[in-house]
Amino acid sequence: MSDLTAAFASALVFGLDADLGRIVLLSLRVSLSAVAIAAIIGLPLGAALAVFRFPGRRAIVIAVNAMMGLPPVVVGLIVYLLLSRAGPFGVFGLLFTPTAMIIAQAILIAPLIAALARQLVEDMWAEYEEQLRSLGAGAGRALWTLLWDGRFSLLTVVLAGFGRAIAEVGAVMIVGGNIDQVTRVMTTAIALETSKGDLALALGLGIILIALALAINATAFSINLVLRERQG
Amino acid sequence: MSRILPLRLERVGYAAGGKTLVHDLDVMFEEGPRTVILGPNGAGKSLTLRLCHGLIQPTTGRIVWQGAASASAQRRQAMVFQRPVMLRRSVAANVDYALALAGVAAAERRARIADALEQTRLADLADRPARVLSIGEQQRLALARVWALQVEIVFLDEPTASLDPGATRAVEAIVNAMDAAGTKIVMTTHDLGQARRMADEILFLHQGRLIERAPVDEFFARPRTREAQAFVRGELLPI
Repeated sequence: MSDLTAAFASALVFGLDADLGRIVLLSLRVSLSAVAIAAIIGLPLGAALAVFRFPGRRAIVIAVNAMMGLPPVVVGLIVYLLLSRAGPFGVFGLLFTPTAMIIAQAILIAPLIAALARQLVEDMWAEYEEQLRSLGAGAGRALWTLLWDGRFSLLTVVLAGFGRAIAEVGAVMIVGGNIDQVTRVMTTAIALETSKGDLALALGLGIILIALALAINATAFSINLVLRERQG
Repeated sequence: MSRILPLRLERVGYAAGGKTLVHDLDVMFEEGPRTVILGPNGAGKSLTLRLCHGLIQPTTGRIVWQGAASASAQRRQAMVFQRPVMLRRSVAANVDYALALAGVAAAERRARIADALEQTRLADLADRPARVLSIGEQQRLALARVWALQVEIVFLDEPTASLDPGATRAVEAIVNAMDAAGTKIVMTTHDLGQARRMADEILFLHQGRLIERAPVDEFFARPRTREAQAFVRGELLPI
């Protein structure tokens, strides 16, 4: 209990701390960038899997669904190998930079967004298909129409991706290295403080992390609600 | 304007799952009379419309558009479904979407949208989200889409099956206005009253076969086949 009290205390104190501010901003920058990239890739990919019929489609759907549960440390390891000096992309010198963390998180959540979007768009397609084909929409045009028409539900999908990204520690730890003032984010800071035995500080960081996630979800939800009411 | 009619079905059949659902349809749809395809549920009425409209391909036979513009036939026909499908955007934007797909220039679209919403008495609702409309209003919007497209032939698949009498009357009035404006009407129903009100000629389908075709007065006064006689008397037919 005293830990918890101390945690709130340090959360308050750290709220004013410049170091902490940097950590929070980097966490948001990395995870929001990753979610944006993953959405740009995952949403059209999911919609395409819902709309197009081609041989091997079912196998891809199963693979994408399975990749929803990719272990972050494994993704981190693979990205580490790709970006390390000896790896194929070593020349870019990206390892232990925020860019590497964004890449790892984007790889982690793109399948999640694609798989959830595929399910959602497929249900919509069942309702829309005949009407859209009757109006002369090909599968390509239908894909964008469905993404636009499903925008409110798809925002929830993107938020799920953000939730996984911001909470993830294994991948960013491996490819970022948890370097103070460079690649330290909230989750890696929590892991570090816990292993150092500073539980109060770790818990304080945890509280801020949860509050942030809550705030972003609440904001998105409210915007969604207002738009949905306006547009039906 | 070049035409795509008449539409001819040559020995059209459709099978799915090992069952033949439509048998050897030989029909010609010509300009003019409002054609009502009548029959009990499961007679193959909806399938016939979908075959004509090209949503499904016949497993045997051919569907041939005859007129000078038959190459662009897909753009000169439209279909109204039993349950209207509305996009999640405004009433006007739903019509606009259809026109954009049909390749109508932006400048012309606005005038066509206004006209179509006027004809379907939806002008006051133009900016409302289409999905919050009542089901009757949604079906009128589906008709507005067709109106704006200025097609030559429209297929209507039980357009009033989920509507109350007031909304049904409104839809029937719009369909008649389309007919008056020169659009060929091909409509399915299992409702005898609607068939009497809306048909100039009846195609009677039973068990996937066309078993009778006649002008509406003749069909109801002197149905020739046993099945049609029973159906007109209001008896249940075996499916």
